[in-house]
Amino acid sequence: MKLEKSLVYGLLASILMVSAPHAEHLPPWVIAFGAAVLGWRAYLNFSGMALPPRWLLFLLSIASAAGIFLSYRTLFGREAGVTLLILLAALKLLELRAARDATVLIFLSCFIIITNFFYSQSIPTALMMFASLLVILSTWVHLHSGSLGLKPRLAISAKLLLQAIPLTLLLFVLFPRVQGPLWGMPQDAYSSSGLSDSMAPGTLSKLSLSQAVAFRVSFESFPPLREQMYWRGPVLWDFDGVTWSNRDGVIWSNRNAGTAQRNKPPQFDNLDQAVEYTVTLEPHNKKWLFALEMPTRLSVANFMTDDFQVQSRNAVTARIRYSAHSQLTFLANVDESPLQLQRALTLPKGLNPRALQLAADWRASLPGDDAIIRTALGRFSRDGYSYTLEPPLLGAHGIDDFLFETRQGFCEHYASSFVFLMRAAGIPARVVTGYQGGEPNALGGYSIVRQSDAHAWAEVWLKDRGWIRIDPTAAIAPGRIQGGLSAAMPDSAALPFLARNQSPWLLNIRFNLDMLNHQWNQWILGYDTERQFAFLTRLGMEDISWQKMAINLLTGVALTVLLIAILLLRKLYIRKIDTAQLLYLKFCKKLSRGGLMRAAHEGPQDFATRANMDMPQHAEAIRRITALYLAMRYENQPDESGLRALHRAVRAFKI
Amino acid sequence: MLSTLQHKFRSWLFRPQISSGTITLNQRRIFILPTRRGLGFALVLLLMLVGDINYNLSLGYVLTFLLGTVASLTMLHAFRNLAQLEVRAGHCEAVFAGDHADFVFHFHNNGNLPRYQLELRDNNGHHTAFDLPPHHDSRVQLAIPSAKRGWLNCGRVTLYTEYPLGLFHAWSYLHFDVRCLVYPRPAAAQPLPANSAQNGSGKLPSKGDEDFAGLRAYVAGDALPRIAWKALAREQGLQVKHFSAETGSELWLDWALLPALAVERKLELLTRWVLDADALQLQYGLRLPNLEITPKYSSGQREECLRALALFALDGGAE
Repeated sequence: MKLEKSLVYGLLASILMVSAPHAEHLPPWVIAFGAAVLGWRAYLNFSGMALPPRWLLFLLSIASAAGIFLSYRTLFGREAGVTLLILLAALKLLELRAARDATVLIFLSCFIIITNFFYSQSIPTALMMFASLLVILSTWVHLHSGSLGLKPRLAISAKLLLQAIPLTLLLFVLFPRVQGPLWGMPQDAYSSSGLSDSMAPGTLSKLSLSQAVAFRVSFESFPPLREQMYWRGPVLWDFDGVTWSNRDGVIWSNRNAGTAQRNKPPQFDNLDQAVEYTVTLEPHNKKWLFALEMPTRLSVANFMTDDFQVQSRNAVTARIRYSAHSQLTFLANVDESPLQLQRALTLPKGLNPRALQLAADWRASLPGDDAIIRTALGRFSRDGYSYTLEPPLLGAHGIDDFLFETRQGFCEHYASSFVFLMRAAGIPARVVTGYQGGEPNALGGYSIVRQSDAHAWAEVWLKDRGWIRIDPTAAIAPGRIQGGLSAAMPDSAALPFLARNQSPWLLNIRFNLDMLNHQWNQWILGYDTERQFAFLTRLGMEDISWQKMAINLLTGVALTVLLIAILLLRKLYIRKIDTAQLLYLKFCKKLSRGGLMRAAHEGPQDFATRANMDMPQHAEAIRRITALYLAMRYENQPDESGLRALHRAVRAFKI
Repeated sequence: MLSTLQHKFRSWLFRPQISSGTITLNQRRIFILPTRRGLGFALVLLLMLVGDINYNLSLGYVLTFLLGTVASLTMLHAFRNLAQLEVRAGHCEAVFAGDHADFVFHFHNNGNLPRYQLELRDNNGHHTAFDLPPHHDSRVQLAIPSAKRGWLNCGRVTLYTEYPLGLFHAWSYLHFDVRCLVYPRPAAAQPLPANSAQNGSGKLPSKGDEDFAGLRAYVAGDALPRIAWKALAREQGLQVKHFSAETGSELWLDWALLPALAVERKLELLTRWVLDADALQLQYGLRLPNLEITPKYSSGQREECLRALALFALDGGAE
């Protein structure tokens, strides 16, 4: 069976539509190759030329598999698998000979749609899904409906989709959600953008170019001031001259175990200024849960490390929601263990001699820790330092270069050199990374914290006061803390569009869009076990169990199917109402009242002849009605005037 | 063992109900099963669902449920494509063995719905596809090759559809008591018998012998080609051309005079002669061992002879 040209175009369109969203993350050669194959197939279809021989297809398949292996170093895993699927679908188009191949392609295109959801599940993605489904279904209908045109096929597909929506909604709401993966995931199962567990010059300035949402926060009551919003993330202790990390954590804890000393568990005193809020955290594939300093309570399973990082047990691979309780003022670990303090004083040997010298001078000349801190911050704010997203490169003695030569840096430079100076001066200090601030969305009553709000600051430990947050960035660019990145560097062209300050109406559109996204995330994408439970309870279901869910699901499905079946099959029984016949039957009824019954086998003409003989006084009317009826029913299409005449004649007829 | 049971079950479930008159396809007459393609799609959906659960893809759930629902609802669409159709069998024109017998079915779509891609198939896989617009009568022919002379029973034909997505196969069995008369296959061209034993004239009538002898009034049964259309056009009434050669030149096609041949060969030869004689507009008769058709000149002669040849010595041929 030869496939129709228009069917092949339909399949080409389907594959194109489902592959297009993948273009964003496919290697360029795959896009070029796929486009070439599609174009080639379209040309073959247009010109009616023969398909390429099988050996050529085989070679092309081998070549694309080899290409994928070279690009990804594997044929398995998510990225490579998706690419393979797309290329196979494109090559299958070149092998499209029978209806069977068309079916395989249709199934493949459905599957490719779902692979796109690994990368994006946004509203536009959903709209694209519906558009693709429309094209796929109309191609599919084409395969099984013979010679139907494009328009009726599109209409049929749209109807199929619309009829499916109620049941889909019902299944979506009631189908029991299973928490967690069914098996171990490949390493690349989740894309991750966000803070990492180390910090080098450039880490945060790169991240701050991303407008991706890190999390959204809605506060129970008034949100705290922007300069109080420090969302605590990874705490970094160990410095190797370039990078801050926690790579010596194991060594230090072993040393701890040897001395039988314990790290002090996190402890707070003088807590005040409570804040209650709910965080919707985007998946970032790490364990940190972000909360305002200092968090005291979270609604999800978590534990707090002795440096006050809040972590979940497993990496956050799906969007989660938790409510949290924080205290904005606190005294933290006033009674810190000596080993921790020792770790917070350790510096790499032989690096940054000028910074060491500077700190030693301060220690010698200044009265105490407070004075040293003030002097350091004062140096940043006065001595020609600037805050920039594009700092110059630094050499081997990075801190020295920054402090005495370039004097341009982003928050990681300031935090890093500040902590270095403190340690050199004998004040225990560490780097804290996280997010600072957040953009309030007045419409939705929540704040958005984006990757561009990523920030690094310092903590120093002072006797009797515990760990204290010092943000050196606030000294050099107070605007960054109070008004966000755009306030700190309004002219920088390097800033992403969304991070710049904008006109009010543009802001309004942005907030509306973000609120829509927020609702979408909450109700469609974040519809998990917990939310399903809450929603069903709100609908009035009590003590939800698996059995009950199953019963509800089955009942709901059965009722909906019944309803749809009635709506679909109703049309079968609607007959064209024949007005002429109705009128004639009325006439016969009148005659029967006069004692004249029409026999089942008797045609109208025979009946009229008999009636005329029985009732000669009505002969004229009977003849006229019969003639009108026969004309309406058998001769031509009933027209309005004829029907009206028949109607009048029957009404006027009296026995 | 299992297959016998299965066969028995199937033959019980689909036991033949031979019908005459009009059949309305109601839910008792329509069967639906998923196709292999449908089962394949179910597998694809299951894979997708596992993926959704594993990767927690909410939009994936939406897509999977949507496709699953669309696929399930096509079962209703397939049913709806057949339901409430009215079918009756039509007259089947006689054919010669080896030709296709065109069995005719009249479909009436009484409802408001167009029906797409209906297919009619007999047990040997001969099939035809058609659409039915709403409020429409349609005459559908199913061509079934005829192998041998006699009655060809239409047998059970299947009306089925896989519209709209090919995931479900909805079908109904149509078993009408219609049959098609199959004449013997005409033998290769052979000269007509040289004489006719009965009239002894010994003259082989041929075209050259025919002389136009005038017109006579039409009698019911006269062959159409003989009608004098020009006379009719001159408003002289329905008249028939009369040829002189016809009188006294009757041709007998006689079984007994045939050479020793197999029965079927003889019948094929006689069939050829009937056709040739009829084409030459001769007055011919047919004599078979059990039956004699006297020569007469009527349009029914050809059919009568062919029918006799078709049913010669067959069970039920008497009918």
